[in-house]
Amino acid sequence: MTTDPAACTASELLAVISARLLREGQVVFAGVGIPLLAATLAQRLYAPGLTILFEGGVIGAFIEPGKLPPSTNEQRCTRRANMVLGSTEVLLLLQRGYVDVGFMGGAQIDQYGNLNSSFIGTPDRPATRLPGTGGGNDIASLTQMIVAMKHEKRRFVKRVDFVTSPGFLWGGDTRREAGLTAGGMFRVVTDLGLLGFDEGTKRMKLLALHPCVTADQVQEKTGFQLLMDADLPVIDPPTENELAVLRHLDPERLYTA
Amino acid sequence: MTLAYDELCRRTRDRDRSLREKVMSLEEAAAFVPDGASVGIGGSTLSRTPMAMIWALIRAGRKDLLCCRSITSSEGELLLASGTSRHILTSWFSQGIVWGVSRVMRLYTESNRARFEEWSHLAVGLRFRAGAMGVPFLPMRSMMGSDLIGRLPDTRQIDCPFTGEKLVLVPALNPDVALIHVQRCDAYGNAQIDGLPFMDLDLALAANRVILTTERIVSNDQIRRSPDHTKIPFLAVDAVVEVPFGSAPHECYGLYEPLFKHLDSYAAQIRQDPDQGCKDYLERYFYGPKSWTEYLSLLGLDELLDGSRRGRSIYDD
Repeated sequence: MTTDPAACTASELLAVISARLLREGQVVFAGVGIPLLAATLAQRLYAPGLTILFEGGVIGAFIEPGKLPPSTNEQRCTRRANMVLGSTEVLLLLQRGYVDVGFMGGAQIDQYGNLNSSFIGTPDRPATRLPGTGGGNDIASLTQMIVAMKHEKRRFVKRVDFVTSPGFLWGGDTRREAGLTAGGMFRVVTDLGLLGFDEGTKRMKLLALHPCVTADQVQEKTGFQLLMDADLPVIDPPTENELAVLRHLDPERLYTA
Repeated sequence: MTLAYDELCRRTRDRDRSLREKVMSLEEAAAFVPDGASVGIGGSTLSRTPMAMIWALIRAGRKDLLCCRSITSSEGELLLASGTSRHILTSWFSQGIVWGVSRVMRLYTESNRARFEEWSHLAVGLRFRAGAMGVPFLPMRSMMGSDLIGRLPDTRQIDCPFTGEKLVLVPALNPDVALIHVQRCDAYGNAQIDGLPFMDLDLALAANRVILTTERIVSNDQIRRSPDHTKIPFLAVDAVVEVPFGSAPHECYGLYEPLFKHLDSYAAQIRQDPDQGCKDYLERYFYGPKSWTEYLSLLGLDELLDGSRRGRSIYDD
């Protein structure tokens, strides 16, 4: 059974749709917040064999309902995991090629999927200093990426103010030419739809819409020209079961308010 | 901070590396950290933060410390607001994602009163590792193509002499002093860490001095019964300080989780006025108490017991 899309928050929508992108057997490097929640949701619903890695140093995490960690560096992340290890070691698993998907949120993204979590404005005199890369740059540099974020014009810009985590840089082959031979942006999940990247130009492309959202509305909230096909599929809204499991995991709405 | 190899070895040789007792007070250990020192901080974000040692350094009025940590949380805000540091080297700096972007970090860095030197998380780890290995750099495959690297003049990009692939070289980080908090160690500094080790093993071996704070000091016999649990060897340790709840209000694996109520009220206080809010907090919790015990009593028995109950629950089925 599906629900009225208005019956869930934007964050819940992001978590549910992102979770559906994950596949059984994958190794997923998840950041805190929506990614952690979405990966846990996928693990509960569709992919019990999903292996979740946390940059705090955890392989095979299994988060308990109502005990979401405030970052990926607390003991709650280790619950029923297969292994705890150093943070350098777990990040090196990315470099060694063990990770299928990196999964994180974003403050600002551009048409080539570059992410900014460092500076709004010019770095030497920023309007806002953001918290920085953490493992974001390493994850985006070394594996295939899924990003979940709210769709707002100020977040979807033609060129990010600062490339903290590389997408396809300037498009085309520029990512590979910079030395980043593995990974790249795969999907961007927003509260308006699902986006991917054009094979050749590496420009962002609208792939599907949430119910009651039009392509024009998505374009209107995007600061650059989106590629898109004429007929776009509509994404199935979150089911009651998906939302119930999600709310069970995050009863205090720590990440889904 | 990347020392010539001769100098690095000389500093290590000059340390007394014998099996000797090195238990002292927080105040005595603070003397190992001069003004202007580079300081590696163990743990990560809210975990095994050497809060008691940071508390002691702030109280001692240290200035211009270069503070290096994998991920920096509220302790970084307090180091800036107290004037103890004006330079934080880290991969991520905010109290924690659930509290939003740190207003204190913003206040100090946007006005250029302090520097937040941003490296990727793996880069920080490999810099400590190179330091621990006694080599001047390590190669890595991230950061390339990003704008991070443009702001890091100490990196080099090379074509690999074996494969021709592009790589980034990050320089060794050998802090003057490392501050590391552990669950238990003996009087010699053989330290056993439960749970997430973060970068602490590399940090301990990279640093030119190590101050260990520990939840409790155990006998050397007890250490010798399970040497496989010893993560930091005594020969790298210069000071041992016993401080129960030494990471509070942050967590220490298996013993206590973060004191969330306290951290929430701290966040609310600095959100209202990051400058005065942080200074008021320092006055009440850092400069005011006569001792670490008095600091803990200000945090409150309810909070400490609740944090302990949650912390120990990690071992429940």
